[in-house]
Amino acid sequence: MATEAGGAAQSVGMPQLDFTTYGNQIFWLVVALVAIYLLLTRIALPRIGAVLAERKGTVANDLAAAEDLKERASAAEAAYQKALADARAEAARIIAEAKAEIQADLARALAEADADISARAAESERRIAEIRASAMQSVAEVARDTAAELVAVLGGSADAAALEAAVGARMKGQPS
Amino acid sequence: MAAEGGGLQIHPMDQFIVKPLFGEGAVHWYTPTNVTLWLMLAVVAIGLLMVVGTRRRAVVPSRSQSVAELIYGFIHNMVEDVAGHDGVKYFPYVMTLFLFVLFANLLGLIPMSFTTTSHVAVTATLALAVFLGVTLLGLARKGVGFLAMFWVSSAPLALRPILAVIELISYFVRPVSHSIRLAGNLMAGHAVLKVFAGFASVALVSPVAIGAMTAIYALELLVSVIQAYVFTILTCVYLKDAVGDAHH
Amino acid sequence: MEGELALMGKYIGAGLATIGLGGAGIGVGHVAGNFLAGALRNPSAAAGQTATLFVGIAFAEALGIFSFLIALLLMFAV
Repeated sequence: MATEAGGAAQSVGMPQLDFTTYGNQIFWLVVALVAIYLLLTRIALPRIGAVLAERKGTVANDLAAAEDLKERASAAEAAYQKALADARAEAARIIAEAKAEIQADLARALAEADADISARAAESERRIAEIRASAMQSVAEVARDTAAELVAVLGGSADAAALEAAVGARMKGQPS
Repeated sequence: MAAEGGGLQIHPMDQFIVKPLFGEGAVHWYTPTNVTLWLMLAVVAIGLLMVVGTRRRAVVPSRSQSVAELIYGFIHNMVEDVAGHDGVKYFPYVMTLFLFVLFANLLGLIPMSFTTTSHVAVTATLALAVFLGVTLLGLARKGVGFLAMFWVSSAPLALRPILAVIELISYFVRPVSHSIRLAGNLMAGHAVLKVFAGFASVALVSPVAIGAMTAIYALELLVSVIQAYVFTILTCVYLKDAVGDAHH
Repeated sequence: MEGELALMGKYIGAGLATIGLGGAGIGVGHVAGNFLAGALRNPSAAAGQTATLFVGIAFAEALGIFSFLIALLLMFAV
């Protein structure tokens, strides 16, 4: 390669400045450029542009579909949450109802029991009062009899009315 | 030429010689040459990537299709960001330039290949096409308003004529630097590779030379891609002057 | 003899022209270094400015390429 330097190189030195070849180079360059330009504008660029646009469209569609799915998922989740909340509310309502019922039952039972107890208490009270009254009566009689006996033993005679009054006064003065 | 007599026979520029593909003889404008071959290989490679690679139009892309889509998105964003929304309708032209420069650079890195973009004739044609296209487009879209670009209204009045001259010169140097940058980078890289390849024939330094070639080859790969990027982004910057707002 | 002298001048000139590459190196280093400094201060703004970075590097580099071109022209074309 190095030794077969042609005549052109000897005469000019620098092949780039060999003006005799310029016409040839420029002619073929223009041919090549026109060929590339036609290849690009007729086939390649529209095709690539279309592919890029199509991909953009596909990606946009996919994104839209994904958005749609996401929306549906969130709607489903919202529905689920709502159902859950409803169920919770229902459960709370049922619990409250049951509680109220139990409360009412309890209150009624308590009131009944209270009434029963107070009735019994009143009965007992009354009987105690009766017993007490009869006891007092008995005490007064015993006291009167005892007093009459004592008076008789001591040799006096007491009339019933005075004895009654005296015993009554004594018993009134003392707390029962 | 350089090396006379014995010793090293390094001809780093021989790889850039334009030769007829079939036989010997003069190079006419229609002669199929090695330039033609590698230009057409670039066209074929671009066709393989951009047309055959995307033939399945899959929504989930194959490997080659994702590369094609990556380049498409990359250049599309670049045009939109740099040249503005009005520039997007010139996207196919920018894409053509980018793909051509990228593939010509990369194909030129194949050993024994011919780097079409290392020739000033090729890059100057590309740069002049951009320059003329942008200038005509600017004049057509903005009319005289396009020339306001050279009249820096934010500068003091006394300075404006001087600035206008400077702006005008820098405007007309654009295609020169635009084309020389690309050709120069590639030419330099390939010439350096060739020089090191020449050193590799000396047994004493050949390991060093081969290591250096490997490193420079990697650097050249990077340079190939970056120069294609720079060529394209400068095209977009120039395009912005023609289609963008004057006060951005 | 005169041809040899001219040849010598060409080579010396070509060598001198490559000094310009150093300037391009300084310029590119400046652009990249300042970009990095700015990017580290405000990393969120860095991504949007890579295009500006590359354009700046390209402009700085173009001048180095010009000097390389002059060297090549001296070597082969003059």
